[in-house]
Formats: sequence, C-alpha cells, structure tokens
Amino acid sequence: MDFTSKLTAKLEELIKKEARKKEPPEPQSQMSGPRLFYTEEVIDHFTNPRNVGEMSREEADGYALIGDPSCGDQMKLWIKVEEGRIADIKFKSYGCPGAIATSSMATHLAHGKSLKEALDLNDDVVVEALGGIPENKKHCSLLGINALHAAVENFRQKSEAESSSTEESTEIQ
Amino acid sequence: MIYLDHNATTPLHPRVLEKMVPYLTEQFGNPSSFYGLGREARNGLEQAREKVAGGIGAREDEIVFTSGGTEADNLALRGVARALREKGNHIITSVIEHHAVLKTCEDLATDGFEVTFLPVDGQGLVDPEKVRRCMRPETILISIMAANNETGAVQPLREIVAAASERGVLVHTDAVQAIGKVEVDVDKLGVDLLSLSAHKLYGPKGVGALYVRRGTPLLSPMSGGHHERGVRAGTENVAGAVGLGEALVLATENRAEEMERLARLRDRLERGLQERIDDARVNSGEVERVANTTNLSFRAVDGEAILLHLDLRGICASTGSACATDSPEPSHVLQGMGLEPRLAQGTIRFSLGHDSTQEEVERTIEAMAEIVKSLRAISSVA
Repeated sequence: MDFTSKLTAKLEELIKKEARKKEPPEPQSQMSGPRLFYTEEVIDHFTNPRNVGEMSREEADGYALIGDPSCGDQMKLWIKVEEGRIADIKFKSYGCPGAIATSSMATHLAHGKSLKEALDLNDDVVVEALGGIPENKKHCSLLGINALHAAVENFRQKSEAESSSTEESTEIQ
Repeated sequence: MIYLDHNATTPLHPRVLEKMVPYLTEQFGNPSSFYGLGREARNGLEQAREKVAGGIGAREDEIVFTSGGTEADNLALRGVARALREKGNHIITSVIEHHAVLKTCEDLATDGFEVTFLPVDGQGLVDPEKVRRCMRPETILISIMAANNETGAVQPLREIVAAASERGVLVHTDAVQAIGKVEVDVDKLGVDLLSLSAHKLYGPKGVGALYVRRGTPLLSPMSGGHHERGVRAGTENVAGAVGLGEALVLATENRAEEMERLARLRDRLERGLQERIDDARVNSGEVERVANTTNLSFRAVDGEAILLHLDLRGICASTGSACATDSPEPSHVLQGMGLEPRLAQGTIRFSLGHDSTQEEVERTIEAMAEIVKSLRAISSVA
C-alpha cells in the first residue's frame, strides 16, 4: 500500500496547489493551439496579410473573382501588368485563416514576377512557402492560385481583344 | 486566458476532484469484488448514484452510469430500438440534435428503422404539433434534446411529452446542455430516458449517465458482465461516477442565483457586441435559452477566422460545437434554422461559466469589435 499512499500524497499536493491558484497562468504564446495547428508563417500572413486592397476598373489590367463552392470561401484579385510583369497586385478574401493566409502568400509570391512565372506558381509552392498547412485546409490554398491564374488569363484575353480591335480599326482605315 | 467555451467542456471543480481522489488512490477496489475494498468502492458508486438520481428527481435504480453523453444517447436509442423492434420501427428526432443522436438514428435507419428528422423554426425550436402529426402506430421512440448545444434554445419538451403520451410513445432527451442551467426533473418533464454528462458540469471527462424510467424496455446493445443491472457491461468508472455525483450536487446548489448572474453577463455581452458591430445577429435570441449561451452570426466574415484571432488574444470560444471544428460544413443546427450558409459560416458561440467575469466580457467585446472590423476590411464579400 506504499504506492497508493504516495499517490494520495501526490494528489493532495496537486489539489492544494490547484486551490492556491487564483488566476490560471497565461498560456505561453509559443505553445498555444493555433501555433501548433498553423505554422508561424500562416499566422503571420493571416494576421498581417500582404497586398490587401482593390483596384478600380481603370487601374486593373486583370481581374478575377474565384469562389470555392466546397466551403463558401471567396477571393477577388486585381493585377497591374507592366512590361510583361506583375507590377502591382491587390486582393480581398472571405474565408478561413487558411484561405486568407494562402491568398496573401499567393499575391506575395506573384508580385514582380513575369506572367509566365506567375502561371508556373502552383498551390504546392504556396503551401511550401507557408511552411505547410493542415491537411483539411489544403483545398484553401487553391483559392489564391486559381484567382491569380484567372487574373492573368483575364489580362491576356483583354490584351488580345484590344489588339484585335486595333487591327480591325486599322483595316477599316 | 479568457475561457468562454463552457458548452464544450468545463474545468474540474476542486470539490469534485477532492471527492474523486480516494477512489483514484486507496479505494481502488472493484465494486463487484467480495471483500471490504470492493465493498468500499461499491458504497462510493451507490452514493454517487443517489446523488445523480437526487439531482434529476429520479430513483437510484433508474440511473445507469456510462462513459459520457454520447454513450448514454447510443444506449437509449439502440437499447429501445432493440427492445421494441417487434412493436414498431419508427423513430422521431429533430435536425438540430447532437451528432450522438443524429448519427445513431442514421445508423438505425440503415438497419430497418424509419427515422423522421423534424425541422425546426427560425428560432431553432421543434414544434410539438409536428411531433404529434408525425406519430404513427409503429412509432416507438421520440428523441428531442432538452437544450441545444449551439444556440442554447430550450425545447418545448413538456408539450412533446404530452403529445407522445397520448399514443404511449417513449421519449428520450439529451439533457447534457440543460442540466445545471435549467431545472431538469424527470417527473416534471415526464421523459422516459435522459442523457447527461459530467464534464459539462465541472465534473470529469469520460463519465455520464442515462436515466431509464422504471419499466422502460431497454435491451443493451453491449455484451459483457452484469454491471449496471445488465444494461451497461464493464467495470464501473467509480471515481468518475463519484465525480458526476458531486458535480450534480454542485449544479443544483445556487443554480438560480448563478444562472441569473450568467444571464446578466450574457445579455451584456450580446448588447455590447451588437452596439459595437453592425450586422450581428443573435441566433435563437427571441426564445428561452439556457442563461450561459449566446450564438451570434456576423455578416461577411468567417467564424474560424474570428476564432483564430480570438485565440491569439487568449480568448477561447467556438464556431458551433467543438466536434465541428474539423468539418468545413457550416453548422447543421444553423442551417436547420434556415440561416443562409455564408451567415452560418460567420457564427461564434460564447458559453459562460462559473469563472466568467464582467471584465472578461468587456475585454471580449473590445477584442471582437477589432477583429470583425479587420476581417471585414479584407473581406471580398463585405
């Protein structure tokens, strides 16, 4: 019975300690839940998203509105293209922390890139740049990439339409 | 840390721990053993049973200890279904039940039972008249929760029981979220089976009980020893049962005063949030709710995004139920109430408890105002 009396003493000690405590200790921020669940990079891009904003129709060279029907997330993305490069990029997102962080990272990675480089970016690159993302949030990382690719596509279509309309007008003249 | 998620779980009350300690240490006997040590454990178990029975107006032999609310729900539904299979195969429940009831019903539906999942109104209430209309000659059981875990809405259980008793149909209720918050007396409610859980009541996790009114047909879905009068096989969780007994005693002491205090804090939280944040809707706000719970939907922001911001500020809340955290689906309760999915997705539940203070409420209002503002600033649907 030596074992049980030791156990009792230990538990009593713990109870007394518990009773003495008025305030529960502040959790150490490094150890709190989300930091284990989401990486520091995800938390950083979630709490301080890059390139948030909008562009007017005149300012933007490419625009995309992308939704994720599986969870209702939504993203709007605008790009400004100068000499074949993404000179400026702005976004707004509605969704979970994963959606916001991956939206932010996608725009961050695309900023300054050539259109080809932007089209080569994929969700794996975004996830890797964020130091990983929980498995059930992987689908969120497609939001930013899909919006980016769609905005580039939108720019190309607009440029083609413009150049063909220019050609047409030349012919008429 | 500010803990506002008492509907998910509660901290162990020191007095509960104190009562449990002997049964985790010296009194380690098996309550089924012959000698003194076993009898001591049996005494502890039976005293706990008396306390649980006393807490809900039942008799001791009507209490079956289980591993928690989920097992109690499973035992009630499967046990009655098995016992009354020859009599009928129709079960009535609602769309806002806890998954422990919903999934069990879905499972029974694959096993030859027919289940009616009743809708709820915009305030999240089951209409007793609908229960009455849905009953058939082959209806054997109605299972409607006492109070909803997400919204706190108190269901019209007495009216449902009245409708059921006209036809002699048994009624089960999951009272996990109601006990300790509103009066739960099995005779006043008139229910035949009632589930409860210790860890929502400042008791330990892993223990609960099912109340089974004398004479209620129940065939255990589990095989094993003769524990719990043959209804629930397995050596009893003595320390846990003792904890549940003490937790129920505590829950009935000063309940009225404590719930008045929590209702004031909850109302202040709701008012504060609605004053500081545009388009904040209180769900089930127009009906009777348990005093500690508020469930609010915020336009154009995602609930999990709010939750993470709260967490980073040391505030614990939840989107719907803790069980839903891994699921991308908006709450089945809010959808059942007809909330559009995107609004349902922007929902936060705050559930207060013994340790909640006015200062915590004020800090939470402040934090929420900042968080929703910042999320709306980046939202594409704002």
